[in-house]
Amino acid sequence: MTVADPTLVQPRPSRGLAARERAAWGFVAPAMIAIGLFFALPVIAALLLSLTDFDIYALADLDNLRFVGLQNYERLMTNPLFWGAMKNTLTFAVLGVPLSIAASLAAAVILNARVVKWRPIWRVMFFAPYVTTLVATAVVWRYLLHTRYGVINWGLESVGLPAVDWLGQPSTSIPAILMFVVWKIFGYNMLIFLAVLQTVPDDLYEAARIDGAGPWKQFRHVTLPAIAPTMLLVSIISVASFFQLFAEPYVMTQGGPAQSTVTVLYFMYEEGFKWWNLGSASAVAFVLFLCILAITLVQLAVAKRVGAYQ
Amino acid sequence: MKLRSIFLNLAVALIALIVLFPLVWMASVSFMPTGEAATFPPPLVPSRWTLEHYRDLFLNQGMGRYLWNSFALATLATILALSFTVPAGYAFAKLKFTGRERLFQFLVAALVVPAQIGTLPLFLMLKGMGLVNTYAGALVPWLASIFGLFLVRQYALSIPDEMLEAARIDGASEGQIFRRIVLPTLQPIIVTLGLFVFLGSWNDFLWPLIILTDQSNYTLPVALAALSREHVQDVELMMAGAVVTVAPVLILFLALQRYYIRGMLAGSVKG
Repeated sequence: MTVADPTLVQPRPSRGLAARERAAWGFVAPAMIAIGLFFALPVIAALLLSLTDFDIYALADLDNLRFVGLQNYERLMTNPLFWGAMKNTLTFAVLGVPLSIAASLAAAVILNARVVKWRPIWRVMFFAPYVTTLVATAVVWRYLLHTRYGVINWGLESVGLPAVDWLGQPSTSIPAILMFVVWKIFGYNMLIFLAVLQTVPDDLYEAARIDGAGPWKQFRHVTLPAIAPTMLLVSIISVASFFQLFAEPYVMTQGGPAQSTVTVLYFMYEEGFKWWNLGSASAVAFVLFLCILAITLVQLAVAKRVGAYQ
Repeated sequence: MKLRSIFLNLAVALIALIVLFPLVWMASVSFMPTGEAATFPPPLVPSRWTLEHYRDLFLNQGMGRYLWNSFALATLATILALSFTVPAGYAFAKLKFTGRERLFQFLVAALVVPAQIGTLPLFLMLKGMGLVNTYAGALVPWLASIFGLFLVRQYALSIPDEMLEAARIDGASEGQIFRRIVLPTLQPIIVTLGLFVFLGSWNDFLWPLIILTDQSNYTLPVALAALSREHVQDVELMMAGAVVTVAPVLILFLALQRYYIRGMLAGSVKG
């Protein structure tokens, strides 16, 4: 760092709060303008867009744009493809959220045990899939799940179980994608749980052991209460992320077989950028947002209820 | 006690196997001769090691171009995101200005809104500005990172006010204070946020898929998704493509994992 220009180092008592205010705005303005322009404005515009029939004709000439009120929403409510996408997304979330949280928690509890060797190495290794490129690892998992040459079916057959057409039939396509998703993301919540578990004093476990509590009772009465608030946070974030699945079905199944892996976001993408029904696609985006918001509010209410009883 | 130790260490080894296997297998298959992975039982190591698929990717499939696009976009996104969010995060933490509380409440509320909602209008907006199929269009969402702003603010709160006040009494301007005192203090969180943005941009799929319409502008994930639809049968080629896509971010993460994990926990445990 160079020495300041001497003229600038003069104390200037007149320069006070006003100058500081101006400087603060100078720091904040670029980010706020960007957030306003590229985040807030599009979100508001999406609401307006969802009330129009913006389609490929309007894209060519704005004169073709008409205000249609809630028609897009009405049409969605009667569209079986949309309800299919909602059902698939809910299935992903209902199975995926508990599954991924259970995997994260199990890994965290195991890694938190002092008897496990090389814990810092495992911690980083288990987290690594989370930072890998989703599209690339989805391509890898598509081959692991391959009916004839896949390693997973080879494993099944070598213990005498029949091979499964994982991504080729509607009944197993969602569980198959979930295997991949859990593999990829469990490390994230594992690290969060681990951080919280490390704040639980050893004395608590010691006391429980002296009282004759086995591993399960220790988990139930010491570990679970300690991580309950984190569990709420984690489940809210997980629900939101499972509602936004897109690249997984796009790469692994292209929404198939028989539309069984079309998620809401995938439906929005196709509606908007394949068929150019931007008005209707914006309505899908809003319904998605309202669903996430509603579920979050319910979770918070449930947590409050449960908290009140304790 | 002994039994418990054996059980837990075995469990860890099993998880490690499940976690690592797909990545190791991906690398191994990428070196196999064409067609070898499509045999049963699946081979674990190549019968003959070959670089032919990497050569094919870079010579015939334009992988060099996609690698460059990904690298350039991730680097630019990092620089832009940092220069927009770091000063703002600091100002929200340490400088008083009218409207600060109200703006902050607005940002907290905005955190609940998933960015995908604005995707369609943003696309139309950028189309109007002629930015579809340009780097600029792909970079725009990284300018408006509310999460980054919060991360920096959280960290900047720990800068002691006395330090800033002392510099002001010495006559330093707010700009000088920011460059000489604040930036060096924020260095760890700047590395963390930079890493988040770089990895985020590198791994991003939906937005580049929408905005980069011309093949010559594709990033690695978009190109790989397109390749995997065309070359469903070429397992070895796809695995080589996956290695090229994943290896840079994996290496970067392993080198800077301390910064990543610390920042991630700071960002999520505190909410």
